[in-house]
Amino acid sequence: MDNVELLSRIQFAFTIAFHYIYPPLSIGLGVCLVVMEGLYLKTKDKVYEELTRFWVRIFALIFGIGVATGIVMEFEFGTNWAVYSRYVGDIFGSALAAEGIFAFALESAFLGVLLFGWNRVSPRVHFMATVLVALGSIFSALWIVVANSWQQTPSGYRIEGEGMQARAIVTNFWDMVLNPSSLERYSHVLIGALLSGSFLVLSVSAWYILKKNYTAHAQAAFRIALWVAGIAALGQLFTGHKSAEVVTKYQPAKLATMEGHFEKSAPADMYLFGWVNASEQKTTGLKIPGGLSFLVHQDFKAPIPGLNSFKPEDRPTAINFVFQTYHLMVAIGMTLIGLTWFGLFMLYRKKLFETRWLMQLFVWSVLLPQIANQVGWYTAEVGRQPWVVYGLLRTSDALSQAVKAEHVLASLILFTLVYVLLFGLFLYLLNKKIQHGLDVSNNGETSSRMNPSFLPMIE
Amino acid sequence: MDTVLGIDLPTWWFLLIGALISGYGILDGFDLGAGALHLFFRKEQSRRIALNAIGPVWDGNEVWLVIGAGALFAAFPLVYGTILSVFYLPFILFLVALIFRAISIEFRSKEPMPWWHQLWDVSYCLSSIIISLLLGLVLGNLIQGLPLNARHEFVGRLRDFFNPYAGLIAITVLSLFMMHGAMYLLMKTEDRLYARLTIIANNTSKFFILCFIATSNATLIYVPHMTSIFKAHPELFVLPMAAVLIVLNIRRSIEKRQYRRGFISSSITTALLLILFAMGLYPNLVLSNVDPKGNISIYEAASSDSSLRTMLLFAAIGMPLVATYTVFMFWTFRGKVKLEEHSY
Ligand code: HDD
Ligand code: HEM
Ligand code: HEM
Repeated sequence: MDNVELLSRIQFAFTIAFHYIYPPLSIGLGVCLVVMEGLYLKTKDKVYEELTRFWVRIFALIFGIGVATGIVMEFEFGTNWAVYSRYVGDIFGSALAAEGIFAFALESAFLGVLLFGWNRVSPRVHFMATVLVALGSIFSALWIVVANSWQQTPSGYRIEGEGMQARAIVTNFWDMVLNPSSLERYSHVLIGALLSGSFLVLSVSAWYILKKNYTAHAQAAFRIALWVAGIAALGQLFTGHKSAEVVTKYQPAKLATMEGHFEKSAPADMYLFGWVNASEQKTTGLKIPGGLSFLVHQDFKAPIPGLNSFKPEDRPTAINFVFQTYHLMVAIGMTLIGLTWFGLFMLYRKKLFETRWLMQLFVWSVLLPQIANQVGWYTAEVGRQPWVVYGLLRTSDALSQAVKAEHVLASLILFTLVYVLLFGLFLYLLNKKIQHGLDVSNNGETSSRMNPSFLPMIE
Repeated sequence: MDTVLGIDLPTWWFLLIGALISGYGILDGFDLGAGALHLFFRKEQSRRIALNAIGPVWDGNEVWLVIGAGALFAAFPLVYGTILSVFYLPFILFLVALIFRAISIEFRSKEPMPWWHQLWDVSYCLSSIIISLLLGLVLGNLIQGLPLNARHEFVGRLRDFFNPYAGLIAITVLSLFMMHGAMYLLMKTEDRLYARLTIIANNTSKFFILCFIATSNATLIYVPHMTSIFKAHPELFVLPMAAVLIVLNIRRSIEKRQYRRGFISSSITTALLLILFAMGLYPNLVLSNVDPKGNISIYEAASSDSSLRTMLLFAAIGMPLVATYTVFMFWTFRGKVKLEEHSY
């Protein structure tokens, strides 16, 4: 692997991983905002209005950084992966252009109304702007995930030209868009975003509840978010399972990597956790023997092709890494289901807000979906290596020819410095906004005229 | 070759991308210009008003860049990869400046300390200037052509990009944006700031006219291939004539204090200058200055006809929507800026 390749990969991985901190929060929080403002319009209860205004300020911060780091991603395809851009331009380009025309324009235009329009438009129009911003971010995820899914499971194309001149041409637009993994992965990504957003609301609300600040507001927000999160967590198990089926069918080498399965043809185990020693081809850990075979074929003895059935140059190299990221994601998924449904149970028992340790757990739980979203992408992307377009184009062939290693090194250093600064400022300002709290007409404790029966869950 | 309304698909996309880039130049042009002028405003109150004049709209303006780049990627992937990778470091700097600009606007108002405001004001102003200059630098080099061999491989060096002609174009773009931004701000402000801006608009427009004259002459002398189309089609000469008249009209509007009219004229100027550039290029997208075989034509770079056709349909549905949002956004925030609780 030469330096340009290594550095470009590190840079892409770093910038996309950083970008992906923000989109899930924007999308998830956007949906929560729609619910809060919708409840306000319906009930005219000040509590919901004040909640909405508070969360809009946090949303603005997150969204702003998401936009700034996202533009970097779009340009990076051309700067660092020029050959790739030419190869997939017919396909990826149209998805990206559709994203710009149909999604980003919607988001950005109405963001202004959402943030600054409070006194300029009627509450209804403002609510419409909130809905459109949320929809815009949901659409934008659609196109980018479609493009990425095509890289994972190409379909609806043919290859034209040879060698360095080769490129993929769309032969059937809908086959391209609805490629075998699009819907599974889009639903998984969207629900992952809902989890991120709703857990942010849970975390901040739990903190206020513990501090006995804005209790009425915080409890209202907590209930909404807990329902969203509880349902989403179950959905995530389902869509994750669907994604695993797609991986089994279309990317067997990735599946084998995810479970550290080497033998050419043998029943495959399923690990709860473990460690892969790739050089000795040994995986150790706590396992259900034949578990993977059972999940795939409903038969503990059914053979699954292991890594050794693929040519060495077609196997991912970071096997233990993919194993660990995959298992971390699944573990977090299970934890989230447990946490949210236990919370709902306690809500039903009317003990939720008094159980301090549980509230404390919720304050920290915001990190879990964030981590799961990150490691989920690492699994999908590192597991796809050495291909950039699965089975068609190798990552090492996709680079820009005009770019020199020292230039990529310079840009990588620059991005690292800027992003570290950006992340520090983000945390600082987020913390400050949370500390500052809501702007409540009078003391949050007593001003509430909230009628609990309007809430999604009758307490 | 497939045609729609008698025009072949790559040409449609050439026109469309030209329109998107012009839209970007007009829209982001005024907020970049406002940013470049920012440090001329001395009082905290003035700076806040200037920021809030672009506050609700700048993000929407920037989307035209995202769409323009996406359209170039989609329609001419070869050119997208070539231009961005050849100008690797300039574009990385451009991206970093875009980030700084975005966070300066966003973060400035979040702390009360004067030094904090000053810090982000400087960052906002500098990044706006750098972005404008880099756009001009790239444009200046594209006008002259890039060192591409017959296989479209880059055979030059980074430092060749920093040449006098490209420098002149960079300064011209900056002066155009500053004048454009000043007139936008004049439509949004009152009282003292307004008075100050009248002087700024007057000076920047004079400066722009100097740059405009210099650029026109330099182009005639040093980059003759850009003007050869007028030898073949003398009737097209109306366009540069129109550009001159419009530029004069900017001065006239400023003298008569009709800033809305001036703003419209400078918008048209931006578009006309890009149209002149596009006419010099067509049917190429990138010119080579070492080997004519290195030119990249729209036909060579284009995506497949079926893809171009699908996306043309997208654009036909999507662009009216984008235009509607843009109009809605400007209409919602029409009138003079008033500071309120949600302002920056
Ligand atoms: C699941 C969702 C998702 C994923 C996987 C990505 N993005 Fe993103 N992106 C968004 C979801 C999103 C968003 C929710 O729409 C953003 C993020 C923050 C924001 O708040 O808008 C956004 C912003 C954003 C912007 C700025 C848009 C604007 O001006 O409004 C660009 C150009 C990109 N992204 C491009 C990319 C590229 C090229 C990616 C892949 C390499 C990518 N994004 C991955
Ligand atoms: C649809 C948009 C995409 C998303 C959301 C995405 C997401 C990710 C994520 C989350 C990672 C893991 C980051 C890490 O290892 O730290 C990653 C890695 C990577 N991605 Fe993607 N990716 C996308 C498209 C692409 C494209 C188009 C390319 C190719 C040009 C690409 C090339 C890579 C490379 C080279 C790595 C590093 C993998 C390694 O070093 O083993 N990705 N991507
Ligand atoms: C509950 C059990 C879960 C299972 C069985 C599961 C399964 C999977 C599988 C198999 C993939 C790889 C798909 C591919 O390579 O194409 C994946 C990717 C991913 N997962 Fe999960 N997942 C689970 C939970 C979660 C949770 C809780 C989150 C986040 C909150 C999450 C976020 C992601 C993301 C962002 C990706 C990358 C995008 C994609 O490929 O779809 N997952 N998941």
